[in-house]
Amino acid sequence: MTKNRVRPTGPIGSDGVINQEPKKRQELADYMSGLNLGDDRDRNRGFLIQCLHKAQELFGYLPESVQLFVADRLGLHLSEVYGVISFYSYFTTVPVGRYRINVCMGTACFVRGADRVLEEFKRHLGIDDGETSENGKFSLGGLRCVGACSLAPVVMVNDKVYGNVAPDKVPDIINDCQ
Amino acid sequence: MIKMTINDRQVQVDASATVLQAARKIGIDIPTLCHLELDCFEVEHRMGSCRVCVVEIEGRPNLAPACCTPVLEGMVVRTNTMRAINARRTILDLLLSDHPKDCLTCEKNGNCNLQELAGELGLHRILYSGEMSNYPVDLANESIVRDLNKCIMCRRCETACNTMQTVGILSGVRRGFEAVVAPSEERPLSDTKCVFCGQCVAACPVGALSAMNRTYDVWRALNDPDKTVVVQTAPAVRVAVGEEFGLEPGTIATGKLVAALRHLGFDKVFDTDFAADLTIMEETTELIGRLKKSENLPILTSCCPGWVKFFEHQFPGLIHIPSTAKSPQQMFGAVAKSYYAEKIGVQPENLVVVSVMPCLAKKYEASREEFSRNGVRDVDIVISTRELASMCKEAGVVFEHLEDEDFDRPLGESSGAGVIFGASGGVLEAALRTTADWLAGEDLSNLDFVEVRGMKGIRDATVTVAGMELKVAISSGLGNARRLLESIQKGEAEYHAIEIMACPGGCLNGGGQPYIHGDTKILEKRRQAIYREDANKPVRKSHLNPDIQKLYQEFLGEPGSPRAHELLHTKYNPRNNF
Repeated sequence: MTKNRVRPTGPIGSDGVINQEPKKRQELADYMSGLNLGDDRDRNRGFLIQCLHKAQELFGYLPESVQLFVADRLGLHLSEVYGVISFYSYFTTVPVGRYRINVCMGTACFVRGADRVLEEFKRHLGIDDGETSENGKFSLGGLRCVGACSLAPVVMVNDKVYGNVAPDKVPDIINDCQ
Repeated sequence: MIKMTINDRQVQVDASATVLQAARKIGIDIPTLCHLELDCFEVEHRMGSCRVCVVEIEGRPNLAPACCTPVLEGMVVRTNTMRAINARRTILDLLLSDHPKDCLTCEKNGNCNLQELAGELGLHRILYSGEMSNYPVDLANESIVRDLNKCIMCRRCETACNTMQTVGILSGVRRGFEAVVAPSEERPLSDTKCVFCGQCVAACPVGALSAMNRTYDVWRALNDPDKTVVVQTAPAVRVAVGEEFGLEPGTIATGKLVAALRHLGFDKVFDTDFAADLTIMEETTELIGRLKKSENLPILTSCCPGWVKFFEHQFPGLIHIPSTAKSPQQMFGAVAKSYYAEKIGVQPENLVVVSVMPCLAKKYEASREEFSRNGVRDVDIVISTRELASMCKEAGVVFEHLEDEDFDRPLGESSGAGVIFGASGGVLEAALRTTADWLAGEDLSNLDFVEVRGMKGIRDATVTVAGMELKVAISSGLGNARRLLESIQKGEAEYHAIEIMACPGGCLNGGGQPYIHGDTKILEKRRQAIYREDANKPVRKSHLNPDIQKLYQEFLGEPGSPRAHELLHTKYNPRNNF
């Protein structure tokens, strides 16, 4: 469950993603101005996670320039924002594939062989846990319990849930991603 | 007040106290590690994250961390039960299981709270072994080394950086075993708005944050037959360096310091206080100029490189108001490599200027591009008070037994005004002494502006100089500087002159000073020593320093002259605020 440790190159925020997508930038700005923000940074901090959710929904990931935009409007330090992003496995600072394949590694799934399922995905896709395929189609990861233990082991592809996944079902799941 | 029992002894404490404070009140020590309190700066770091301070409280099933457990009426606490002591040992054992344990070669050897604790708890072997963290060491800047493999996640550095200094570059990132304290995207400090004040280094209980060590470069210069090596020592060094050799805090060790530097082999031993006097000549000229035209006020001091980088990042809109005068360190370098080099007939590139500073930001300052001419840096190597002490120990210099010696001339002659630069309020007081004399046109006998002295984070005063009422303010600690500047931006306060120092209390509490381990009484002793040193000086005003007068006559002309501007003034660059 190691997150990618890809450190951005160039000065802080120089990825420029926030300005390459003016519509999304505007939508994020509108969303944030609809919140009840004030001058009190301790209070604003309470809005951080929902802003990051919105930003990731819009941009697909949270590059530094987007983090800066959010930090700025909330009056928070960039480091605080990154601290939260790096804490939650849901948030990502690198682009993810169109199909986000997540193997549940919760206790129930794990004892029923989720690790072997994950290995099988790695072998078929040629990428490691936390990586994205070169064509940008797939990313692979493990996640904690999704609350469907009776179906263990469980795999999620974007919002779709597959239950009772044996390693030999992996090629079918990949073929489903069209 | 409430009554409680600790180890069968009654204690009465304030209802707002913690169990730890109550225990210490009656002389019972409970070991701590993540806990840090700097009472005189109102800094409280009570995370309770390390659990080393756990105690038993009657009626509670779990052990409680003493540092963040509030006291209650009738509470019965036991600090030294088998259960508590064993728990502490296990906690320490687990901390050490992911610690490099290279104490013998660690920069913090002898100054590490973790090492000390292992000794105190009588840990004879480490039971657990397993995965070890493996982070690259951040060596990309001049001032601070970050080796996160040694980090114990106490997060004291975060409190120092974010709460006290409001620089805000550090945060706890990632989770579980991978959790660590780092800037955003785990970038090196050099990519961030870090001001290199070194307060995080002072706060770090272990070797995760330490100073970049340059002693080897000094030894190499001293042993190079082609180089003339001169040294300057900052005002705050002399009142703190003795602590490294077991002298009482607050001992004025100026004479021993000079002798020690000669023993180490420096060709000339000079004083940054000389350059502090020079700074006052230039800064006061600027202040009086602005007062007469009543423009560009308030003037802000610019001696502190941490503060300079702070306003470049965080207050770029105010970049025109700080004095353009260089800091004393850089004025010294510029004068040494021009006036002095010429005087002794040595090429600037063969003259090595070493600084001994209470500060880690000075290391960064000396590397700034604008402080080099023709590829030759004005100040070549900067070492901290602690590094100097370690050089003395390496060389077998028995500091505490040295006979006092005097600085060399001309760059070692200084006034009392130069000395007080080491304490918060000192630069302003030094400037007021000269301003008062110059405006009145006479040598005034009243030169103690005691109203600007003190440790409080923000102070202000109205002083009368030559019939003119000057409103002045002093702040130390960058969080206080931010509050002061914001009140000026909002129009809530108006001043003529403001002194700002990055470290709380001023340079005497710099990031390069001997560690105080939370004992702020040491700082007060250093502060009093600085004012004692000032009071003992025959000359106590910068403009009456005879060698400063000579420097202007022989070389610079008038204060504020084109030559003075070329050598002694600088400019600032707005920087990104993230």
